[in-house]
Amino acid sequence: MNVAEADGLPLFAASKKVYPQSVSGPFRRAKWTILILCLGIYYLLPFLRWDRGAHLPNQAVLADIAHNRFYFFFIEIWPQEVYYFTGLLILAAFILFLMNAIAGRLWCGYLCPQTVWTDLFLAVERAFEGDRRERMKRDEAPWTTGTLLRKTGKHVVWLTIAWWTGGAWVLYFADAPTLVHQLATFTAPLSAYVWIAILTFTTYALAGVMREQVCKFMCPWPRIQAALTDDDALNVTYRYDRGEPRVSVKQAQRLRDQGAPAGDCIDCHQCVAVCPTGIDIRDGAQLDCIQCGLCIDACDNVMAKIGRPDRLIGYDTEDNVQRRLAGEKTIYRPIRARTLIYTTLIMLVGGAMLYQLATRRTAEISVLHDRAPLFVKLSDGSIRNAYAVRLLNKRPEARPFALTVAGIPGIRIEAIGAQATADLRPIVTVEADTSREVRVLVTVPPDAHLDASQSITFTASDLFVGEIVRAQDHFIAP
Amino acid sequence: MDQTHKGDHEVDHVTGTATTGHEWDGIRELNTPLPRWWLNIFYATIIWSFGYWIVYPAWPLISTTTKGVIGYATRLDVETDLSALRAFRATQTQGLAEASLEQIKADPSLFRIAMAQGKAAFGDNCAACHGVGGAGSKGYPNLNDDDWLWGGSLAAIQTTLQHGIRVATDSETRVSPMPAFGRDGILKRDEINAVANHVRVLAGLPTEPKADLAKGRALFEQNCAACHGPAGKGNQEVGAPNLTDAITLYGMDMASLTETITNSRGGVMPAWGARLDATTIKALTVYVHSLGGGQ
Ligand code: SF4
Ligand code: SF4
Repeated sequence: MNVAEADGLPLFAASKKVYPQSVSGPFRRAKWTILILCLGIYYLLPFLRWDRGAHLPNQAVLADIAHNRFYFFFIEIWPQEVYYFTGLLILAAFILFLMNAIAGRLWCGYLCPQTVWTDLFLAVERAFEGDRRERMKRDEAPWTTGTLLRKTGKHVVWLTIAWWTGGAWVLYFADAPTLVHQLATFTAPLSAYVWIAILTFTTYALAGVMREQVCKFMCPWPRIQAALTDDDALNVTYRYDRGEPRVSVKQAQRLRDQGAPAGDCIDCHQCVAVCPTGIDIRDGAQLDCIQCGLCIDACDNVMAKIGRPDRLIGYDTEDNVQRRLAGEKTIYRPIRARTLIYTTLIMLVGGAMLYQLATRRTAEISVLHDRAPLFVKLSDGSIRNAYAVRLLNKRPEARPFALTVAGIPGIRIEAIGAQATADLRPIVTVEADTSREVRVLVTVPPDAHLDASQSITFTASDLFVGEIVRAQDHFIAP
Repeated sequence: MDQTHKGDHEVDHVTGTATTGHEWDGIRELNTPLPRWWLNIFYATIIWSFGYWIVYPAWPLISTTTKGVIGYATRLDVETDLSALRAFRATQTQGLAEASLEQIKADPSLFRIAMAQGKAAFGDNCAACHGVGGAGSKGYPNLNDDDWLWGGSLAAIQTTLQHGIRVATDSETRVSPMPAFGRDGILKRDEINAVANHVRVLAGLPTEPKADLAKGRALFEQNCAACHGPAGKGNQEVGAPNLTDAITLYGMDMASLTETITNSRGGVMPAWGARLDATTIKALTVYVHSLGGGQ
C-alpha cells in the first residue's frame, strides 16, 4: 500500500464495461466504407489469380514459405531481397507519422485492424442484444433464457467471424482454392489448423472481449503518437470556447435573449454514449481517445435537433480553441516543416524502392574461390584456379548463360558439366526460378606474369534476353 | 497469515502484515503469502507431472527405464529420422548404381548426387593423403591438375580407385616396379648423377656444370627409356610419369632425383574396392574426375 492508497484512493479501478451506442453520420459512413473495403480485401485477396507461367503459382498474393518465395502481383521476392519488406516497414512508419502530423490518430480511428474488427463485432453485438440501453438493462437484469440465447448467438457469430479471419490468413500461405478444399475435407496440413485456431482465438479475444482495453493498455502506438504529435496536428476536439457554460436548451434560449453568454453543449452525454472507449471528449485530449470521430456525428445530430451550428466537436487544435477564446484568428497549418519532412522522406524511400524494383535484375551471379588448393599448376606450366559459381535465374523459364572471365591476358574458363560453344564460352543452363552451382576452372597460360593475387571479373550473359551480370573475384598464383 | 503467527513477529503498522522477523540494516521483510492463484498453478503442475511419469519414459530401472504408456522416446524419433534418411539415400544411390559413369556425368541430377556423395567419401577416405580438395603433397598426387600417372579418364580413375596402387593382395592392382638403381647396384653413384642431370635436360632445367650429359643420355636410354620413353614423356600404361612437364610428384631438384633413382619410390594407395561399395567408388570417380583434371 502506498501513500495514495493509504489516503483512500485506490490505484486500481476495475474497468467499467463500455456499451457504445449506435450513431449515424458522415464519420460513421466513412468508417463503414473503410471497414467493408479493408475486410473485403483481406478476405478475398487470396482468391485473386495472376498468371506467372507454367512453373510458378498463379496466386496474386502468396507467401510461399516452403519454396522461399513471396509473390505480390508482378513482383516476386527471393529471401535475399527481404530488404523490400524493410523498406515497406519504413515507408509504413513514415506514412503513420505523416497521418499523425496532419490529423492525429487517423490510423487508430479508421484503419487499425483492432478498430475495424471491433467495429464489426460491436455491430454483431447490437444485432443480437440491441442498442446501448437495451444491453445495459439486460446485463443488469437477472439472466433469462432470452438473454442466454441472444448472448450465445452473438458469441457464435463472433467465433465464426474470428474463424474466417484465421481461415483467410492461412490462405495467404498456400494456394487458396486448394487449401480451402483441403480444409473442407480435413486433409490440410496441421499447421494450417493450428494457425486458424490461433487467429480465431486472438480475433475473438481482441475484438470481442478486450476491445478498447487493447488500445488503452496494450498498444504502444498511443504512447508513441503522444510523443510525436505537435500543437498544429488536428485532433478530435471539443470546442469548449463554444460549448461552455453547459446549459439546457431552454435556459440557453433565456440567457441568449438576455444577451448573456450560453454554451452550445446541452450536456446530453450523447458523445459519451457513442464512444467506443467510453470516455468523455469534453475532458480534453486524452490517451484513451482513438479519434474515431463518432462523437462528432453524435454531437452534430444533437446540434441539428436544437438548431445550433454543427461541429461543436470536430477536428481542431487546442491552440485554436484558445485563440478563439482570446478573440484571435484561428490558424491551420497542414503544410509545415514536419509534414514536409515526412512527405519528402516518404517520397525518398518510396522512390528508392520503386527504382530498385524497376532496375532489379532477374539473374544473379556469385563466385566462391576454392580454399584447397588455392591454385593448381598444370603440366604445361599454366596456372589454374577453381571456383564455385552460383547462377540465379529469377525468371519463370529456363535460361542459358554464357560464362566468360576477364582480367588477365590469355585467361580461359571452363565449367564442369556445361557444354562449351565454338568460341569456348561454357553455357550453363539454369532451370526456371531456381539457382545452379557449377564448378568453374579458370586457367592462365604459363607466360603470363602473375602477382600472388589479381582481380578478375566473371560475366554471365543470358543468351536469350541479353541480361548481363558480373562478379569480381581473385586469381591466386604461386 | 493467521493471527497467532502474526503474533510471533512484529507487525508492520502501515500494512498490518507480520514481518518475517529478519532484519537487514533496519529493513524488514513483510511475510506476504504467495498469491493463491500462483500456488494453485504450482500445485497443478505437480499433479500434471504425474501424468508425465505415466505417459513418457521417466524412471530409471536397473538396466532400462520405464517405457511410458504411449511408447514415445526421443531416441525412437532419431531412429525413425535416420531410417527415413537411409531410405531416401537408397533411392538416390539406386540411381547411381544403375547409371554408367558417363550417364552420371551427363545427367545434372545424378551428377549432383554423385558430387555430394563423392565429396563426403573423399573427405572420409582420401583427404588424409591427398589433402582436402585433392590438393596433394610430395608423394601424393594433386588430383586437380591434368597430369595423371595412371590415366585421367573416368574408367582409368575408377580402376585405380577400385584396385589401388601396389596393393599386394589385389591381383589387378596398378604396379610399376621402378628398380632401385643405386640400392640394387645397377648404377654407380656417378652414373646416377649423370642420369639425374639428363632428366633435368629433358625437363628443360639447368644442369650441373661438370655433368657428363652424354653418359647420362646413354644410361637413360638403356635403363629408363623402356618405361619413361626416350624423350621422358612417360607412359600411363605402366604408371611411368612424364618427366618433361611442369608437374612433379617427388621433386626435380638434384637431391630428390638422386634419391628417386637410387632407391626408387613406389607410393601405395589402398584398393578401395575392398572397403567401399561400388556406388561410393562411382561417386568418388565422378568427384575426382570433376576436380579439374578429368579427361
Ligand atoms: S491504440 Fe493501437 S490498437 Fe487501438 S486503434 Fe490505435 S493503433 Fe489500433
Ligand atoms: S472521444 Fe470521440 S473520437 Fe475519441 S474515441 Fe470517443 S467517440 Fe471516438
